[in-house]
Amino acid sequence: MNDETRYLLKRIATYAVVFTIVLWILLPLVIAFLYGFTTAEDYYNPTKIIPTNFTTKYIETILFTLGAWNGIKNSIIVALMTIGISFLLGIPAGYAMARFIFPGKDTIKLSIVGIRMFPVIVMAIPLVVLYINLRLIDTLLGVALAHTAMALPFVILITSSIFAGVSKELEEAALVFGLTRFGSFRKITLPLALPGLAAAAMFTFVMSWNEVFMASILTLNNRTLPALILSIVAGAGGGAAPDYYKFAAAFIMTLPAMVFVFFTRKYLVTMWGITLK
Amino acid sequence: MERRDFLPYLLLLPAILYLLGFIGYPLIQAFYLAFTKDGALSLETFRRAISDYYFWDALKNTLLFGAVIVPIQLALAVLLALFMNRTFKGRDLGIYALIIPLTISDVAAGLIWFSMLSPYGFVNKILINLGITDAPIYFFGYQFRAREFFVIVLAEIWRATSIVFVIILAGLQMISKEYIEAAEVFGAGYWTRLRHIVLPMLKPSIQSALIIRTLFAMQIFGIVLILAGRDIPVLAAEGFRQMVDLKDPGVASIYALIIAAISLVLAGLYVKFLKAEYLEVGER
Repeated sequence: MNDETRYLLKRIATYAVVFTIVLWILLPLVIAFLYGFTTAEDYYNPTKIIPTNFTTKYIETILFTLGAWNGIKNSIIVALMTIGISFLLGIPAGYAMARFIFPGKDTIKLSIVGIRMFPVIVMAIPLVVLYINLRLIDTLLGVALAHTAMALPFVILITSSIFAGVSKELEEAALVFGLTRFGSFRKITLPLALPGLAAAAMFTFVMSWNEVFMASILTLNNRTLPALILSIVAGAGGGAAPDYYKFAAAFIMTLPAMVFVFFTRKYLVTMWGITLK
Repeated sequence: MERRDFLPYLLLLPAILYLLGFIGYPLIQAFYLAFTKDGALSLETFRRAISDYYFWDALKNTLLFGAVIVPIQLALAVLLALFMNRTFKGRDLGIYALIIPLTISDVAAGLIWFSMLSPYGFVNKILINLGITDAPIYFFGYQFRAREFFVIVLAEIWRATSIVFVIILAGLQMISKEYIEAAEVFGAGYWTRLRHIVLPMLKPSIQSALIIRTLFAMQIFGIVLILAGRDIPVLAAEGFRQMVDLKDPGVASIYALIIAAISLVLAGLYVKFLKAEYLEVGER
């Protein structure tokens, strides 16, 4: 075998691997989307692998009859509140981690990393008891507060690495020119950190959007989308809904996440690289 | 660096208080719910929990899922990351595809795989049209628990390998090229470099990835409920049932604490046995 054939074979092998990966990830998504819009007749026709008749009927039923539209609204509200609260608390903390050296810093940082490893399930059950007393049970604020506890350690670590990436000299220069520390943070560091913070916000959004255990336990009538879908699909003995409703539900749940990946794909890899240091 | 004694603490305080309130308090409360009765220490709830018909099955299944899923994901992610760390055309597309599942929840992944493998789903239609089977293969239902287990493993590998991949890939990119080039100069082949340089330096990333994945594997919940209902009991789902259906926060807390205890022990083992060897003296 000469070098040229070897090179060619290697290239073919490379593209075969890439093709397999892309197919393996995308095929289930494409099929779920297609089947989510398939008519029942096409779905139950065993010879029709790729459906040709489409309907939005099942998506509409899930959205409007079974309450997924409310679930979407609830999920969005919870996720936005989670972003709001966790950034309000996390940005100052992340900034302190990035810019100051102080006794106990390593211990605090280590504890925050440790808390990130905490299984959220342990949190959910006692929170029910607490929430009943505080009248937060079955409220969106309650879920958002719980999601914040889950997201906050992540937000602190990621904002700290984003701020550390913004040159300290710029900020110090602003101090020299008479801005206050807060002023220089607001005018210099914050704008420069904004793209990174936006990516972190979107990641927080997706974390909250996808969380199902706490949302299911803390709510009954005001369910977020995953909690609602879980109760529709797996409620009452597992799988009462016809198949095509399940695919329609899959489509509704996945779409926003896909949009998210599209916008943040540049940041995703580096973001994890930095946080996991 | 500037030192103003109180400012950093002041900035950190709200976040720390919040975490103490929302994680510290529930943790204490969970122990209280689990191990007291009428204000006195008691193991009665614990006894009630472990004598539950589904308890041991749930424990066994949870550990089994972790033991099957996590090693496969790690091996697959390391292979994929090594592959994607080279430069070639189409690399970005491959990485993009691989990170898509990062944002897909377990509930959605369960629903998506259901569409692939349900009796009238894509896989069965293909098999029938190719003449491989006459009747659809059933993957779901109480009598096919082994197949349900397989489908859940498949769906979890599809969905959650991406997080391991991203962590490993980020780790690979942090390895300084100089080490590898130096080894090359001294005539080390690909396998030697991989074994003696790349993999040892990848240990911290492998450790993080293993801890994160194991932790989430121990909490496996939505995907099991969607694809298997209660056919395959797992700890988190049983805890959920105890809380929501049986209104028994004590027993539910025991389930949660057992998940936490297993996670803690496994994370401890990873830290102990995967001690990172720092070749580089950096700011870690």
